[in-house]
Amino acid sequence: MTDAYVVGVDMIKFGRFPDRTVPQIGAEAAHLALDDSGLTIQDMEALYCGNLGQASGMVGQRILQEIGQTGIPVVNVSNACATGATAFREAWASVKAGLYDLVIAVGVEQMGKGLLGGAGGSKGISKEGLLGSGTMPSVFAEAGMEHARNYGTTFEQFAKVSVKNHHHSTMNPKAMYQIETPLDTVMNAEMISYPNTKLMCSVNVDGSAAAIIASEKKAKELGLMSRAIKVRASVLTSDPWQERDLVMPDVNTCTRKAAAAAYEMAGLGAEDIDLVELHDCFATAEILHYENLGLCEDGEAGRMIDEGEVALGGKVPVNVSGGLLSKGHPLGATGIANIYEVSTHLRGEAGQRQVEGARIGMTHVIGLGSACGIHILEKAS
Amino acid sequence: MDLDTGETMSDNPLPAVDYLKIPEDGDPYLEGYKCSSCEAIFLGERANCSKCGERDQMETVTLANSGTLYAYSIVHRSFPGIDVPYISAIVDLEGGGTIKGNLINVDPEPEKIEFGMPVDVVYDDALGRKDGEGNSYLSYFFQPSNAAS
Repeated sequence: MTDAYVVGVDMIKFGRFPDRTVPQIGAEAAHLALDDSGLTIQDMEALYCGNLGQASGMVGQRILQEIGQTGIPVVNVSNACATGATAFREAWASVKAGLYDLVIAVGVEQMGKGLLGGAGGSKGISKEGLLGSGTMPSVFAEAGMEHARNYGTTFEQFAKVSVKNHHHSTMNPKAMYQIETPLDTVMNAEMISYPNTKLMCSVNVDGSAAAIIASEKKAKELGLMSRAIKVRASVLTSDPWQERDLVMPDVNTCTRKAAAAAYEMAGLGAEDIDLVELHDCFATAEILHYENLGLCEDGEAGRMIDEGEVALGGKVPVNVSGGLLSKGHPLGATGIANIYEVSTHLRGEAGQRQVEGARIGMTHVIGLGSACGIHILEKAS
Repeated sequence: MDLDTGETMSDNPLPAVDYLKIPEDGDPYLEGYKCSSCEAIFLGERANCSKCGERDQMETVTLANSGTLYAYSIVHRSFPGIDVPYISAIVDLEGGGTIKGNLINVDPEPEKIEFGMPVDVVYDDALGRKDGEGNSYLSYFFQPSNAAS
């Protein structure tokens, strides 16, 4: 099988664009990624489009209606918060399989404000606040409290994740926010679901990101190898059965399974990873994934955040983009925005937030329900 | 005798969830479905086991009315009309099965809540919530097992 390379990748600055359509927002990222590669839509042999809010709305085709209806196959993908990563992976798989030499993956989302989740079925009465909570801040608070139960993780340690990621975002002009949030500000922000305060919840934003993937032959033929990023591993898992599944969505097992498979596919270990963009949909979630991804031993995540190992300049910087907490989390775009962030570091083009000497990076997303997507990327030599 | 008004109003409360059973004579209880092949326990009627994949091996089991607190969150922001704060609790039932519900009769403060604390499942009106036809519902709650009911 051929190797597959990212030869163009970009994202728009995340924000709120109520006056624009989903295809318009997606088209902007597609243009940016095409420009990054120096190619045009006429060069693309297929489009893989990730979007959740208009999953039945043929968003990929409508993006082509904005930028060029070339008649190529379009696959529209929906996989909760793993939507973007899944679209990227399908694009990658088509190149790996030898179907195409040049494809584009686009992730795009337009979000409302406010709480996600909860409410439940339409039959009978609402269960929210009657049988606990199904809101996302609560679901992930409970996942964090499971960690607190097992390892004594504190509210302060969870809050430090948010301090770190908001600090990182001050160096990322494409993040929704560039605001420092000291520890007392995070801990004293409005409590949403203990232990997640408002500043420990990801930001609902509009956004898009896109990537151009090429076969090795095509990348060389077009002279695109100098900035190309090799996809060393692409893994997608769903959630294996767990005892508490019915009331507690499990984000741990599917991540562990995906990480193990990704390291095996890449022939690498966690010690080889120079930076990670992982799914910090809530501050509580980030802590879990240090262990799930093997960045530390089980029970060591609290120490990792305390000692700054996951901050820029630390042993393995996590979410130097600002993460979902501060860069923002446009569901369908997030997975590809992560690919953009890691690629930008591997290319040495991340400016003030550059992870020095970054050679190999990892991206991780979780779609609750559940799907876990992991990619390991390496600068092509 | 009921008048035939076309309404589906019930005199007795309806169960808030389908795994809550209200016998005509006897106390309400929670019902699980247990795979006789691998012993995985599920809430709600089902034919196949998602743990081992066996088909048609499900048997009903009555879940215990006691258990221990596994994890929780304290909800301060919810949807409009829902009283906050409250404790959203995940409870491992004695003998198997894990369910989620509100933990009541405990202050919604982290220092008042202990992992592993024993709780009882108690049944009560569903906080006054009614459906479109005006039916009342019976739901379940958790409370510390040393609390007077």
